[in-house]
Amino acid sequence: MSEAALKPQDLMVEMRGVNKWYGDFHVLRDIDFEVKRGERIVICGPSGSGKSTMIRCINHLEEHQQGEIVVGGVPLTQDVKRIEQVRRSVGMVFQHFNLFPHLSVLENCCIAPMWVQKKPRREAEAQAMKYLERVRIAEQAKKYPGQLSGGQQQRVAIARSLCMHPDVMLFDEPTSALDPEMIKEVLDVMIELANEGMTMLCVTHEMGFAKTVADRVIFMDQGQIIEENAPEPFFNNPQSERTQLFLSQILGH
Amino acid sequence: MIHNRTMIDPRPAPRNTLGPVAWLRTHLFNGPINTLFTLIGLYVLYLLVVPTVQWAFIDADWVGTTRDDCSREGACWVFINARFTQFIYGLYPRSEIWRANIVFAGFFTLIAWLAIPRLPFKRWVAAFALLVFPVIAFVLLYGGYFDLPRVPTHRWGGLMLTLLLATVGMVGALPIGIVLALGRRSNMPIVKSFSVVFIEFWRGVPLITVLFMASVMLPLFLPTGITVDRLVRALIGITLFQSAYMAEVIRGGLQAIPKGQEEAAAALGMTYWKRMGLIVMPQALKMMIPGIVNTFISLFKDTTLVMIIGLFDLLGIVQAALSDSRWLGFSLEGYVFAAFMFWIFCFSMSRYSQYLERRLNTGHKR
Repeated sequence: MSEAALKPQDLMVEMRGVNKWYGDFHVLRDIDFEVKRGERIVICGPSGSGKSTMIRCINHLEEHQQGEIVVGGVPLTQDVKRIEQVRRSVGMVFQHFNLFPHLSVLENCCIAPMWVQKKPRREAEAQAMKYLERVRIAEQAKKYPGQLSGGQQQRVAIARSLCMHPDVMLFDEPTSALDPEMIKEVLDVMIELANEGMTMLCVTHEMGFAKTVADRVIFMDQGQIIEENAPEPFFNNPQSERTQLFLSQILGH
Repeated sequence: MIHNRTMIDPRPAPRNTLGPVAWLRTHLFNGPINTLFTLIGLYVLYLLVVPTVQWAFIDADWVGTTRDDCSREGACWVFINARFTQFIYGLYPRSEIWRANIVFAGFFTLIAWLAIPRLPFKRWVAAFALLVFPVIAFVLLYGGYFDLPRVPTHRWGGLMLTLLLATVGMVGALPIGIVLALGRRSNMPIVKSFSVVFIEFWRGVPLITVLFMASVMLPLFLPTGITVDRLVRALIGITLFQSAYMAEVIRGGLQAIPKGQEEAAAALGMTYWKRMGLIVMPQALKMMIPGIVNTFISLFKDTTLVMIIGLFDLLGIVQAALSDSRWLGFSLEGYVFAAFMFWIFCFSMSRYSQYLERRLNTGHKR
């Protein structure tokens, strides 16, 4: 899968003693956690629990203040070159898609391969079409993001990330901004991706997705990892009280 | 309960909602009060328009060479005719005007080429217009090379000078403004404070002061023996002054771009300059077209202030002509002409910006 901008390694993401504050507010507290190549991890928790912040630290969209984050063997420091190196091999899908509205769907998928990886236009376009076909949206390639539905935009965003051949994909609540009837089309693409062996970290409340594909489920609350387990025991036999409460609230209706 | 509905075919709209008569009825004559206002408005319009047309066209004198050719009942356009060359070229020597004409022709051709979407090689033409044409224009206008007699800048004037000041100001202020706007948003303390101080200084000073400083104070600070041409000083002053305004317009546009755009670009591994140049700026500039053109238009009109340091732009040369004893008493014609020329250029810019906005709209507003 990967074009190995990072060294091939078993540990894709390592976080050791990571702490982060927004001003006085302690958002991430002593986060320790690691992701192996090919692992699929779902992160859940109540809003404000720091789950988005945590995965945004992995590609340094958020800066951590204490501790160590190593992605594919590259430690994240202030060094801009290293940050950019990590970002080239870590794909990210956002809650609000964040497609580039001034570029067509095809250009959205070509711009980074052409300008960051210096691929020739024809090669970048051919590859973009391949991934757009994979997310079943190739026929919309000439349209602009504003002309697509939310589900279609999110699938384009996934294709845009895949065009960089990432080693890890981060999903930050990819279905939260979607109308209910569009959630499935996005989840289906994500499940396919998981089945192909992509290393994935998903912040999501889609527990069905977690049960289907996750190797591990992580529950966060108040900036801490409260519980971490395989989906079957996580859902059937949650250990902590807070996890039980959260699961009863989210699965209860 | 299930209603069995058949599809309804579209029917034509009622007759009285379409067509000019219906438009008049709904917009101008819907009720006694609006009818009254419409009639009053029409009467005021009549009072204004008829004498103006009478003065400017019907009673006006167009042909002749001296003031005696004017009947003095309407406008005396003979005055404009007689002085036209001067209004366009200033005191540029008559025998050398062909040089200015070549520059004019090149200038308008390049602008048209860049403005009309169907014409090809945009990139090359733009590069030529920005890099090569200024050199050609300078050599032609100033002379001193290729046996062209030198024409010092104090003889340049009229519309030619106005266009020169405005064009250099616009072309210079936009990139400096972009850099300043990015600088003001930067996290680097030195870059940021430099940008803030620069912008706030130039915005806080009236343009007249800037021009005065440039023409009177600057030479005092320069080492003896070094002189900078007065026109060049005015150009630098105008450019720096306008770049501060431009920077704030651009910063406003940058703030309107959602943070997610830069994040998405960053997540794809783009460097700062690529994020700005490929993702943020193209979107921001599109949104800023009205603001940028607004600044351009005010810059265009502000060039008239160079009169104060003894340069004769279009308005300055018209004013100078008014004090000619052979043509005393035609100030109205002179000012109407100057206003009309300025209006033509400003209105063209305004229309072009509206056209550009429509053309660049990719329907992504949400």
